[in-house]
Amino acid sequence: MSSPARRTVFLVVLIVILALVFVASLAFGSRWLGPGALWHALTANDGSDPDVIIRSLRAPRTIVAVLIGLCLGVAGALMQGHTRNALAEPGIFGVSAGAAFAVVLGLQLGVVESVGETVWVALAGALLATYGVQRLASRGSGATPVGLALTGAAVAALLGAMTSAIVLLDSTTLDSYRFWAVGSVAGRGLDVAGQVLPFAVIGLALAAFNARDLDLLALGEDVAAGLGLSIPRARLIGLGAIGLLTAAGVAACGPIGFLGLLSGHVARQVFGSRNTWLIPGAGLVGASAMVLADLVGRLIGGAGEVQAGVVLGIVGAPLFVLVVRRRAVVL
Amino acid sequence: MHVENLTLAYGADAPVVTGLTLEVPAGRLTAIVGPNGSGKSTLLRGMSRLMPPQSGHVLLDGEDIHKLPARELARRLGVLPQGPVTPEGITAAELVSRGRHPHRGLFGRLTSDDDSAIDEALAAVELTELRDRPVDQLSGGQRQRVWIAMVLAQGTAHLLLDEPTTYLDLAHAVDVMNVVHAAAHTSGRTVVVVLHDLTLAAQYADHLVVMGAGAIAAQGRPADVLTSGLLDEVFGLQATVVEVGGAPVVVPDRRLAG
Amino acid sequence: MKSRTVVLSLLFAALAVAVALLSLSIGTSKVPIADVIDVLLGGGRRGQRLIVLDLRLPRVATGLLVGIAFAVSGALLQTLSRNALASPDIVGVNSGASAGAVAVIVLAGSGGGNISGFAGQVGIPLAAVLGGLLATVVVGALSIQRGQVDGGRVVLIGVGIAAAANSLVAWMLVIGDVNDAGRAAAWLAGSLNSREWSDAVPVLIAVVVLLPVAIMFNRDLSAMVLGDDVASSLGVRVARIRLLLLIVATVLAAMATAAAGPIAFVALVAPQVALRLTRMERPPLVTTALLGAVFVVLADLLARNGLGWLHFGPYELPVGVLTAAAGAPYLLHLIGRQQKGR
Repeated sequence: MSSPARRTVFLVVLIVILALVFVASLAFGSRWLGPGALWHALTANDGSDPDVIIRSLRAPRTIVAVLIGLCLGVAGALMQGHTRNALAEPGIFGVSAGAAFAVVLGLQLGVVESVGETVWVALAGALLATYGVQRLASRGSGATPVGLALTGAAVAALLGAMTSAIVLLDSTTLDSYRFWAVGSVAGRGLDVAGQVLPFAVIGLALAAFNARDLDLLALGEDVAAGLGLSIPRARLIGLGAIGLLTAAGVAACGPIGFLGLLSGHVARQVFGSRNTWLIPGAGLVGASAMVLADLVGRLIGGAGEVQAGVVLGIVGAPLFVLVVRRRAVVL
Repeated sequence: MHVENLTLAYGADAPVVTGLTLEVPAGRLTAIVGPNGSGKSTLLRGMSRLMPPQSGHVLLDGEDIHKLPARELARRLGVLPQGPVTPEGITAAELVSRGRHPHRGLFGRLTSDDDSAIDEALAAVELTELRDRPVDQLSGGQRQRVWIAMVLAQGTAHLLLDEPTTYLDLAHAVDVMNVVHAAAHTSGRTVVVVLHDLTLAAQYADHLVVMGAGAIAAQGRPADVLTSGLLDEVFGLQATVVEVGGAPVVVPDRRLAG
Repeated sequence: MKSRTVVLSLLFAALAVAVALLSLSIGTSKVPIADVIDVLLGGGRRGQRLIVLDLRLPRVATGLLVGIAFAVSGALLQTLSRNALASPDIVGVNSGASAGAVAVIVLAGSGGGNISGFAGQVGIPLAAVLGGLLATVVVGALSIQRGQVDGGRVVLIGVGIAAAANSLVAWMLVIGDVNDAGRAAAWLAGSLNSREWSDAVPVLIAVVVLLPVAIMFNRDLSAMVLGDDVASSLGVRVARIRLLLLIVATVLAAMATAAAGPIAFVALVAPQVALRLTRMERPPLVTTALLGAVFVVLADLLARNGLGWLHFGPYELPVGVLTAAAGAPYLLHLIGRQQKGR
């Protein structure tokens, strides 16, 4: 649908949008801080109130939001490509459910007490779930798109059931879990970003490597094999990337549903079906959407704040519906 | 290309192709025909590594294709299977460019070699003018030629095509076959094509392989192979074979009502 | 219908009766099966009548009906959208209903655990139905384009609306009191605890009216599986029938959710299991319905007594935990077997 020149323009526009929402996320909040204050915080940082607000509150959570949005957006696009299913989404794929179950189990057993500790547990859960889905889906003659999607849904349901069983029998765990499960970047500092960064980087590298393979897989598995692509390896790399990226996202912010789905579709609308453009595009869309959702949640919440996961669902859904209405829905 | 005692089966089912041996003439157009379910498409899948053999070998320039690295094989053997998927909105040139995959490095961009291969392939199928059109907006015949251009761009010495003329009307089928014929006779490729249209196969093929029930029923020059006796035996078809311009034409015997 | 399908349907019907009888018999106080049958036929001792007819029968009946409703809803949606992932769980009906119910539990809750009588008895089911139908109407209205309803688009828009509703639910759980949140979480898991006739009757009406409607269009559905164009040329009024059956599917799911909460996975797994067992090209409606009924009642039987049998204490699990825990591995098994056979 678009020539290379137009695609480049779109990519630049997405980067500009991300930069704008990033700055807005630093400036807006319970208290408006103008360009002067931002510049002061960036250059002088003498410990004044605005400096502290920007440097230790707003900047860290915004950076976390960018990182996690990037991860979940790319994961969504990868997942839709691999399953050739427009519904594919980390939330439906068992990855988020694996992380959630691990967190609940951790809370229940007393292994996990703070948000920082959830990261590792969630990461382990997400990776195990991804591995399990991959192994289960590739029994017999290898992972087919429908097999992958159904396996993911089945594993997600199973883990979800075990999660609710634990949560329902113990109200203390429920109390911690519900705040984690809503999905938010509030109170997330750079330490959280640092913890998930290695996984995010490896995941993004694998995704970049996988984009061209996906372009071939999009022609049908036989054609891809005829062009010399090792299909099991391509699927494995893709699932590895999806697992790492979702794990990083869920570990840092809780299960933020829908972001992967939204980003993949918006990017497809803009860039067409070429994965080498679509995948980075989806990452940028995801990052902007995440920052924006967090910002909106802070602004409409008043004294408290509405969590980014909630905003994404409520504001993002109509947007998504708009996108879906405008295009044919065959992948 | 040489097929040695090849047996192919889906899972634990009875073999579809049994102990088949075939010498494919180099630089020529070989057509495989046969009734539905005779195993002709399965044989092609076996020859292109899309399907692992139960036993036997497929040798390419003396090397077993299952022992070659995947990309190495893809630089020497191109295959167009049935039912390829056209991604939404992809342009003709972009689709053809994906045929260059086996020649590119890890994150490699298209080189001038790639560009000229793509241009040549599009020119060979006479679609240079439509190169920037989305493939899903092209006619059926044009779309099929884009796909053939994709395997041509792969730049392989050997080419396997599975029923490239299915669903095409005669004029478009002839366009496609002209391209396929040129791939063998102009560019010196070894081409194997599975066809369901006997007359079309006989018109274009240098070497005709007739399959029946998982084995080769007859092979050789079309004029030698295609006889009414063979058609009756393999296809159960009552037909007269006439010769037009040196190639056999199959005219089915009619059984008119009333 | 193939004879395999008929045999399976009869088998599941027999199983449904057997499981229902078992469920009426087993519990904290056991009533022998013979006595259960006696009670159902109008006899039995007074104590047994109380336990079987007043305490257990409404629950079992609700379970059977909810199972049928979810399963048929899933079968219809999966067939219409040609997407195995399309089930009311995923396309917004259950989420809308959940948002309605949780709003009542959390916003009208007193925080002490008990919500005011009126809201407790009438509020949750009514709010659930309204929420489910509202979601359906929104999805439906947004899905119609130029008078056409595209199955794939319905699913995608449904996913969007479901995401919105789920976010609302998560948010309400956070702002509410922890006891209300616990109550809401139990409801969200899908539960048949202390269901009464007032819960069963609305689902009964929905099933009695809508299941025949769905079956009436069985033949048209078979044609629509071949693609809209083929179906149209066979004289099927594709757009109209699709819209009608989408409505049927969503109303069934909404009513079932109102009665028992969004019991996970029945709508997704029952059609897929029936499809693979009957080896048909689409989920057969009657077989799927019966399978759904067996599934829910059996799961409830285990959810009610399982922890007790394991000497884990007198806890009851919500039935939804069991349906997912049991259905998921079975679906995995079927997918694996199918892939090996390919």
